[in-house]
Amino acid sequence: MYKLTSLDDFKQLQSRLVADQDPTVPVIIINAGTCGQASGANDLIRIAKRELLQRGLVQRINLRVTGCHGYCEMEPSVLIEPRNTFYPRVSIKDMARIVEAVDKGRVLDDLLYKDPATGESIEKLEDLPFYRPQKRTLINRNQKVDPIRIFNYIVVGGYSSLLSVLEKGDPEAVVAEVKASQLRGRGGAGFPTGLKWELLANQRNGQGKFLVCNGDEGDPGAYMDRSVLEGNPHSIIEGMLIGAFGTGATNGIVYVRNEYPLAIKHLIIALRQAREMGLLGDDILGTGFSFDIKLVRGAGAFVCGEETALIRSIEGLMGEPRQRPPFPIQKGVYGKPTAINNVETWANIPVIFERGAKEYVKIGTEGNSGTKVFSLVGKVRNTGLVEVPMGITLREIVYDIGGGTADGAEVKAVQTGGPSGGCIPASRFDLPVDYDSLTEAGSIMGSGGMIVMDEHTCMVDVAKYFMSFLKDESCGKCFTCRKGTQRMYEILDDITRGEGILDQLDLLEELALAVKDTTMCGLGQTAPNPVLSTLRYFRDEYVEHIVNHRCPAGVCKALITYSINENCDGCHLCFKACPEGAINGEPKELHVIDAEKCIKCGACKSVCKSDAVVIT
Amino acid sequence: MIKLTLNGLEVSVEEGTTLLEAARFYGFPIPTLCYNEGLSPYGACRLCVVEIGEGPRAKLVSSCTYPAEEGLKVRTASERVLRARKMVIELLLASCPQSKIIQDLAAAHNVRQQRFKQEYEDCIMCGLCVRMCEEQMMAKAIGFRGRGEKRSIGTPFDITSEECRQCGACMYICPACQLRCTYNEPEKAICGACSNLSPPCVEKEQFDDMMCYMEPCVACEIKTE
Repeated sequence: MYKLTSLDDFKQLQSRLVADQDPTVPVIIINAGTCGQASGANDLIRIAKRELLQRGLVQRINLRVTGCHGYCEMEPSVLIEPRNTFYPRVSIKDMARIVEAVDKGRVLDDLLYKDPATGESIEKLEDLPFYRPQKRTLINRNQKVDPIRIFNYIVVGGYSSLLSVLEKGDPEAVVAEVKASQLRGRGGAGFPTGLKWELLANQRNGQGKFLVCNGDEGDPGAYMDRSVLEGNPHSIIEGMLIGAFGTGATNGIVYVRNEYPLAIKHLIIALRQAREMGLLGDDILGTGFSFDIKLVRGAGAFVCGEETALIRSIEGLMGEPRQRPPFPIQKGVYGKPTAINNVETWANIPVIFERGAKEYVKIGTEGNSGTKVFSLVGKVRNTGLVEVPMGITLREIVYDIGGGTADGAEVKAVQTGGPSGGCIPASRFDLPVDYDSLTEAGSIMGSGGMIVMDEHTCMVDVAKYFMSFLKDESCGKCFTCRKGTQRMYEILDDITRGEGILDQLDLLEELALAVKDTTMCGLGQTAPNPVLSTLRYFRDEYVEHIVNHRCPAGVCKALITYSINENCDGCHLCFKACPEGAINGEPKELHVIDAEKCIKCGACKSVCKSDAVVIT
Repeated sequence: MIKLTLNGLEVSVEEGTTLLEAARFYGFPIPTLCYNEGLSPYGACRLCVVEIGEGPRAKLVSSCTYPAEEGLKVRTASERVLRARKMVIELLLASCPQSKIIQDLAAAHNVRQQRFKQEYEDCIMCGLCVRMCEEQMMAKAIGFRGRGEKRSIGTPFDITSEECRQCGACMYICPACQLRCTYNEPEKAICGACSNLSPPCVEKEQFDDMMCYMEPCVACEIKTE
C-alpha cells in the first residue's frame, strides 16, 4: 500500500478501483461478525474457499467476508450478488451446492427464505418481510464491505465525503452542514451533534482538542455499535476525520469495550491501513490537515459509557463520573476540550455528507432526523438489527419487521433503552419512536436496545432483573445511586417472593423518584426508569403479587406451582427430565409432581409434548 | 463577581465559589457529609443537593461541586430539595444507624423512622478518608476499589501499606467512624493510629466509659464489649 499525498492521488486510486470492478461477476457474501461466527459462518467460509479452489472458480466468482447484515435469526446466512439472493440458516452440507448454483447462475429454491404467513419462497434480500419496512443507510453498507480491506470501502464511495469536505476546505461549512442535518446524538440523550461540534469549534483555550468515539456499549441485548465497528470501521474513521476538520480537533480516541475482540481487531487493521494510505496522521492527503486516532480498550464497567466516567477511564483512572460543569466540551480528556459521540453518530456523518443535509433531513420526522438502528430481541419472531427512520411506530417495528411473537403469544410490552430505559405497554404501541415521545412515555431512546416481552414475562421480575444489573454496575460514588438501587432491588425481591406489602409500593415509588432526582450522572438519573415505568403501566401486576401472592405470568418461582393435568399421556419424558426426581408415575399412566421436591426449573414443561404441565 | 439568587435573595460571590460555599456564606444552612473545607469537593453523599433553574428545566445538583453561575436561581430548601434530602437521610439511617452524625441529621430533619430493612454497615463511602489521605497527608495509602454494592475502601491487597504513616487522619475525619479504627493493633490493615499516638484509652487498663480524644471515634467503647 502506498501513501496518497494529494487529493488527486485519492481520486485516481478511486476511479482505478471502480474501473477494475466487474458488476456482472457474482459475489458470495458471508457475514462473519461475532454473531455470524458464533452460528458457524467460519465453516461456511472454509467450505466456500475450498469449493472455489477445487472447481477453479477463483477468477469467476468472488468471495466477500463481511460484518453483520442484521438478520440474526437467520444466521449463518449467505448473500449472492448481483441478484441479492438471500439464503438463510445455511448448513455446512448446503454450502457446496450454493457455490455450484452460483457458478451455473441458478437459484436454489429449496434453500430460500419461506414467508411464514404464505409459505412462499422469497429470493431477494430487500423483499424479505424483515427488511422491506426498514430504511437502511448504515447497516446496508456492511454487506458491501470487507472490514479488513480499505479498498472495498473506497470502491463503494468510502472517504468520498471526506474528500468533498477537504476540497471545500471550509470548517465552518462542515459544522453548519451537520447542524442543518438536525442529527441528534445516537448514544441516548439525543443532544444535537451540530451544536456540540459548534461548541467544540468555538473553544479557543489551549491546543489539542479531542474527539472521542464512544464504543462502550454495555446494555444487555444491544449490539448496534458492535456490528458497525466490526462491519464498517472505516465509516467511523471517516466520520471522525470530518468531525476533526470541522472542529479543529487534533486527537481522536476510539473507546471500545474489551469484550468486543473482533471489533478491536478490525479497528486496529482499519486504523493501520488508513494511516499507511495517508488518510490519518500528519498532513492528510497533502492538505496540511492533521488528525490521528488512538484505540483505547475499555477496562470493563457499564458506567464507563457515561461521558465523564469515560474520560477518567481513558486517562487511566477509575471509571466514575463527576459532576458537570465543567462539561467535557470545556474540560475533557486530559483537561482538553472534548466532544464525545456514539459510534452510530459517527457512522451517520459520512452519510450526511454523501447525501447532503437537505436530503438527510427528509428521513425521519421534524426534530428527529435520520435513521436509528435498534437491536430487536426478546420474544419476537425476527430478532436482529433493524434500521428504521425516526418516527416509525413501535407497532410497525414489533409486528411488521419483528413478525410478532414466534409462538403466537400476545405481546405485552417493549422495553427500550437498555437497563435504564422503561417498559412501554402494548396499548401505547402507536407511539412514534423518537427521543421526545419515548421520554414522555417514561422510557428513553438509549443506544437502541429493544426487548419485546409477551404474556409469559413478569414485569416485576423484569424490573428486578434490571435493578440487579444496575446495582452491580453503579459505580458506587453517589450514595443514592449505590444504596438506592440496592434498596429498590431488595423491595422488588421481596415482592417477587410474595413477602411484599402494599406500603412498599409507595416507598418504592418515593425512593425511585428520589434516586432520579439526586444522583449525579446519567446512569443514576435513569436507573429508576424500569421501576417507575412498570409501576406506571403494570401496577396491577405488582398488586397481584402482593395481595393475592400470585404471579400472573407464571415466572416468580416462590409464587407458582407446577402440576400435571389429565392431558398427560404417560410418555414418561418429564420423569426422565426432572433433575430432582420430583415426578412420580409409571409409563402410560398419569404422572404427578411432588411439590415438596419440585425446584420449579421448568424442565418438565419444556419436554412435555401434550401440554400437560401447567403453572398455577 | 458573579451575581446569583439564593432563595430569592440577590447575592454576589467571587468566581469559582461553589453554591455550597455561597449559601453558607450568606447564612443558608445546607447539611453535608462528604464535604470538608480542606478537601476537594466530591459530591458523593447527595445531602447537599439544591434546586437550580426554573420550570421544567429545574433540577437538583450537589451544591458542593456546582460552581456559581451568573444569574443562577438557587433554592436551598424547596419542597423538592427537602423531600430528596429526607430520603437520603432515611437511606443513611437504614444502613448506618449507629453514627452520631447521621442520628443528629435525622433528628434535625425530622426523620423519625426508616422503612427499609435495617442494616448495620460502617462505611457510607463518602470518601473523606481517601481524600484526606491523598490531599492533606500526601500518602495515598488508601483508595476505593470495586463498584456498586461491592465498592469498598482499603489498602492494596488489604495489607498494611508502606505509604501509611498511621497518622490517623482517616479515622479522625470519618463521619461514621469505627470504620477504619482497628484499635491499638498495629498489624491491622489501615489505621491503628491509637497505638502510635498513645491516647489515654490505650495506656489505661480499664477504659470503660472513656471516650477517645479523636472525637467521633468510639473505639474504646467497642473494645470493652
